[in-house]
Amino acid sequence: MTSASPTTDGQVAGPVQWRDRKRYAWLLGAVIPAVPFLAWGLVTWTGLDAFWFFGPVFVFVLIPLVDLVVGRDPDNPPDEVLEALEEDRYYRWVTYAFIPVQYLCLFWTAWMISRPHLDVADRVGLAVNAGIVAGIAINTAHELGHKRESHERWFARICLAQTFYGHFFIEHNRGHHVRVATPEDPASSRLGENVWEFLPRTVVGSLRSAWALERRRLTRKGGNHLTLRNDVVNAWAMSVVLWGGLLAVFGLGLLPYLVLQALVGIWLLESVNYLEHYGMRRQRLESGRYERVDPSHSWNSNNIGTNVLLYHLQRHSDHHANPTRRYQTLRDFPESPVLPTGYAGMIVLTWVPAVWRAVMDPKVVAHFDGDVSRANLHPRRAQRYLSRHSAGTTRPAAA
Amino acid sequence: MARFACPSCGYVYDEDRGDPREGWPAGTPFSEVDPDWPCPDCGVREQQDFEPA
Ligand SMILES: [Zn+2]
Repeated sequence: MTSASPTTDGQVAGPVQWRDRKRYAWLLGAVIPAVPFLAWGLVTWTGLDAFWFFGPVFVFVLIPLVDLVVGRDPDNPPDEVLEALEEDRYYRWVTYAFIPVQYLCLFWTAWMISRPHLDVADRVGLAVNAGIVAGIAINTAHELGHKRESHERWFARICLAQTFYGHFFIEHNRGHHVRVATPEDPASSRLGENVWEFLPRTVVGSLRSAWALERRRLTRKGGNHLTLRNDVVNAWAMSVVLWGGLLAVFGLGLLPYLVLQALVGIWLLESVNYLEHYGMRRQRLESGRYERVDPSHSWNSNNIGTNVLLYHLQRHSDHHANPTRRYQTLRDFPESPVLPTGYAGMIVLTWVPAVWRAVMDPKVVAHFDGDVSRANLHPRRAQRYLSRHSAGTTRPAAA
Repeated sequence: MARFACPSCGYVYDEDRGDPREGWPAGTPFSEVDPDWPCPDCGVREQQDFEPA
């Protein structure tokens, strides 16, 4: 990309040469919802039923391996090209292209499950694969739901209909982004809280928060909040129509598999939420407000595999500083806290809380210079953390 | 009437137009908007952080 930009003293700086080396890699984002078809191809080709579970292998083995082997993503677009890059419509079309593939995958999965010749394990595999796609669709919805254009916000709702998670884009934009890295945020995990404790808290808390946000907005407008103008209600209505249609066409026997794929999708998305702000806390100012969000309040990762898989979501500090910025323009801030590997590999660590704590707790403690009282502590384990790390806080008095 | 901008993302609150979707009808003075009302576009800054535009 080439661009010339005037400097503050009116001089025109020389054209900046910068090429987005991931430009065509982003297309892979729209290929990922085709992974369930790949699973089917592998089963047909090899005759091995185990390949029905290729979806989780793709996300939790192959992508983490790419992250470990290919490593970090050095590309950061320079200031001079940001505006042109942001306006390049190719990038938004790449995200829109995800949606038809997502829905093709869902309808195909429902059809496959309804056929008589598969056994229960194969059907579970199909539903899990569709759930992996559904979880990544929540990430696509996240990218689209932050944009000002109203058609993109509608696209976000369409992506979320598959998981009945339409309330997410309200809670995320108006709740999570406002309260991130505070004890009040249901979507910010706490030091000492494991993912299995975090999941119910975030799912229930986010739902309540979305409902409260829409009720407050509609009450201000002076009307009943139980209306289709309520974004939670209209997003859920979409899910009712979608699920109702699928059950009408493929039969009620599909219901447990629809529920399973939604749970897998929600679990995948909330697992990512878990690792984005683990233990981080904004300090309270004298005015009673929280300090402004800055790069130190998000865990980042800049590995190329997960970067492409999740539209730069791991450049999370920049995302929280500039939530309306499109994925292709997000940058890696060298001063932000960094996870040991990509988000996909980090999810694997969350499965065994002892492993997660062994890897992450020392990083959180170091981030707060040994003073865990500044971390977002899980109330049930706060005392244990405070007493274990009290030695670290007793420093010689400043001269 | 006055206009106020979000210092983070550039969203502009125009008193003439208000923001009816957010529950601030056209003509609502910015001083009557809740100080804790977050920017509807970015959610990063609140009413009390907005600057005259
Ligand atoms: Zn804003």
